[in-house]
Amino acid sequence: MDAAVRDALSARLLAMADDELVLAHRNSEWTGHAPILEEDIAFTNMALDELGHASIWYGLYGELTGEDADRLIFFRNAGQYRNAQLVELPRGDWAFSMVRQYLFDAAEYVTLNHLKASSYSPLAEAAAKIATEESYHLRHTGLWLRRLGLGTEESHGRAQAALNVLWPYARQLFVPLPNDDVLVEAGIFPAAGLLLNEWTSMTRSHLADCGLTVPEEALPRRDVDRAEHTEHLMALLAVMQSVARLDPEAEW
Amino acid sequence: MDDPTYDTRLAEFETRIARGEKIEPGDWMPDAYRKQLIRMISQHANSEVVGMLPEGAWITRAPNLRRKMVLLAKVQDEAGHGQYLYHAAETLGISRDEMIDALLEGRAKYASVFNYPTLGWADVAAIGWLVDGAAIMNQTMLAHCSYGPYSRAMVRICAEEGFHKKQGQEMIIRYSQGTPAQKQMAQEAIDRWWWPALMMFGPHDSDSPNTPQLMRWGIKTRTNDELRQEFLDELVPGIQALGLSVPDPEMHYDEATGHWVGREIDWDEFWRVIKGDGPMNASRLAARRKAHEDGRWVREAAAAYAQAMG
Repeated sequence: MDAAVRDALSARLLAMADDELVLAHRNSEWTGHAPILEEDIAFTNMALDELGHASIWYGLYGELTGEDADRLIFFRNAGQYRNAQLVELPRGDWAFSMVRQYLFDAAEYVTLNHLKASSYSPLAEAAAKIATEESYHLRHTGLWLRRLGLGTEESHGRAQAALNVLWPYARQLFVPLPNDDVLVEAGIFPAAGLLLNEWTSMTRSHLADCGLTVPEEALPRRDVDRAEHTEHLMALLAVMQSVARLDPEAEW
Repeated sequence: MDDPTYDTRLAEFETRIARGEKIEPGDWMPDAYRKQLIRMISQHANSEVVGMLPEGAWITRAPNLRRKMVLLAKVQDEAGHGQYLYHAAETLGISRDEMIDALLEGRAKYASVFNYPTLGWADVAAIGWLVDGAAIMNQTMLAHCSYGPYSRAMVRICAEEGFHKKQGQEMIIRYSQGTPAQKQMAQEAIDRWWWPALMMFGPHDSDSPNTPQLMRWGIKTRTNDELRQEFLDELVPGIQALGLSVPDPEMHYDEATGHWVGREIDWDEFWRVIKGDGPMNASRLAARRKAHEDGRWVREAAAAYAQAMG
């Protein structure tokens, strides 16, 4: 593989892996504390799926770079993480976690649809495998948005408040990485603009069905780089890495 | 009894149990049988739900990706067991809401072992090996119990518990051969969970007033002390073989009986924790109550939506 393509692809894979890992971390905070027992099961299962996806993306990244997933996860600092800020925000209430998960699932859904046809066959094969799980996630969170948006005045208010915060953050999922054009040209990864269009029409239509209004004027409207993080990521990593860093040479 | 046929029915019921038949939800059963089962199954379901907390707290801190996935899957299993057991109890005429209310109001019990804190990562391992190991012994017995739905729930749950125990044991084995910090962590975890695990089998047979009736009706098929002895005989040599020890200086192998024997359980502590005065009783219930309260508006929204959709 051409060095420019390899660098661009590994940057993209790391972003995808970090998104899944950090979101799984936030979702796993609900385990044992969900509003109903069925969601302790379902939402935990989704966190588990996301960790599985992270593992696949870190694995493909490792094939290109020789780096080990556990070293990447437990021994990078916040500034070296490439997840979007959307996934590192604290879990908030159930509406916040559900709206975030829905927006993310929709993004993953449209991305995987294209990746199934990627010219890089390991990516295409992984995408085909993950797409089934992801369409289940999207159904699950899509239905929760209906329940919350159309349920009671309180649930509608909470879902709308969550959307007002999360909508601008979700935009960052579609900010192109610096060398994405190399991947688009090689047919490896779809253009971010194309994904954004598909995602926008999909989510806008569903949110409207749920009685929720997209906050058109919400900030920020600039493209936030994935090296930029909120304070929340440092706190999250301090927890996640606490045991592994007790004894860096240990095998766990 | 007002029912003149009661004695005949009771005799038929006990004959069926003696023949090894399963009692099913629609079948006649004495009230005391129903009550004992509701008590045991709901307590068991509540234990699974509260049991998510001590280990769940370590999901976000698991030290590698594989351990994190295994632990998530394990705690998810516990939620699934809780759901399955609530269903089994519902076949006896009690609702899940009633059982959860009883838990949250402090009227229903759950396994006392979860009233101890998890103070290190290896506690997750010790819980798997010792606590789930003890639970499996009890549950393997209950898989043979006379009530069909409980028995079938136990068969399924035991299969998953076997995996829980194995992952815990595997971790302790690895850490016992790992770095000094890991070995110390493993020993401290065994020290913390040893006595609470032994207490899981309940009071001595001589202090267990329910046991004779539970055995006659095939709900229990072995006594607390028998099961506890089996646990000691398996675990003590298993732990010692790793170069670790159990926190009981009197523990020794008795040549005459072929059993491992140690000192008495601290029964004052045992009863104190059951009565609510353990290190984590208040915290566990507070966590359950908070999840329940925080989730109220979500359940209301789901109900309103379901009603609107007809």
